[in-house]
Amino acid sequence: MSDAQEDPRPSGLSFARQMTAATPHARALGLEILSVERARAIGRIPFRDELAGDSGTGVIAGGVLTAMLDHVCGVAACSALEVLQVVATLDLRIDYMRPAAPGASVIADAQCYKLTRTIAFVRALAYEERADDPVAAAAATFILSGDTPRPTGANLGPPPARRRP
Amino acid sequence: MSEPAPFTEADLHAVLNRIPYARFLEVRLELRGDELTLTLPFKTEVIGDFALPALHGGAVGALMELTAVAQIAVAQRHAGLPKTIDIGVDYLRSGRPVDTYARAHVTKLGRRIANVRVEAWQFERGDPVAAMHGHFLLQPGPS
Repeated sequence: MSDAQEDPRPSGLSFARQMTAATPHARALGLEILSVERARAIGRIPFRDELAGDSGTGVIAGGVLTAMLDHVCGVAACSALEVLQVVATLDLRIDYMRPAAPGASVIADAQCYKLTRTIAFVRALAYEERADDPVAAAAATFILSGDTPRPTGANLGPPPARRRP
Repeated sequence: MSEPAPFTEADLHAVLNRIPYARFLEVRLELRGDELTLTLPFKTEVIGDFALPALHGGAVGALMELTAVAQIAVAQRHAGLPKTIDIGVDYLRSGRPVDTYARAHVTKLGRRIANVRVEAWQFERGDPVAAMHGHFLLQPGPS
């Protein structure tokens, strides 16, 4: 069967949708994954008033774009993997080119253009309708967990005493 | 013309209240002199990884961006919200499922542009979970 939703690999659409459904912040923002192919992911956040950056303007907040670009870049990084690993954002750089159109939903299109054993390099554009008229652009790096991900519950309690620089 | 009056905590609450997304995140603020601290209270909606559990990088990024915007309002003493031009976020450690704090330093307040650095932390101020550097386009204030 060629239905992408049946593909269980990290490069599949169903995996990306599960990953998003299991991320409370992505759910809280109403983020939907529209499509996933190898090393590329496209997501959308439908506009609603509580996501605005300034009352009355109806323009989606910069912070919402930040969260969406982070998440969709992470999905693109996962979709580039043969075997699932946990990815964590190391660096996220965003250029905000212009305010989004009032009341408009925004799409993020992310491509993982380089994968090493430890790092995924991803870039993304956010736009309402056309990729050649972007609202924001992102460049992100993610660190891969390798075969020793941190165990479930590892973050319950404070971090270990830090090494003093 | 006299110096504009210093910005008060009430003025800043008014600024944050104009940002629906800040209300959605339930961000709180405290101003002591010109030192401003924003708090992102922990709640389920800001989790990015359920297993660890860890905060979502986007929520921490949004907190730091809001802190920069609010600190610029303090520095320029008016509430014309600056527009974000670019940000760069370093994620330094996994955010625990507790409240997160952020403080910003306006490195330069120019005529049109502000350069701002922000750090976010949880347990120890000197052990930040994330650091941000951003450029913001200033909006003219009331003349």
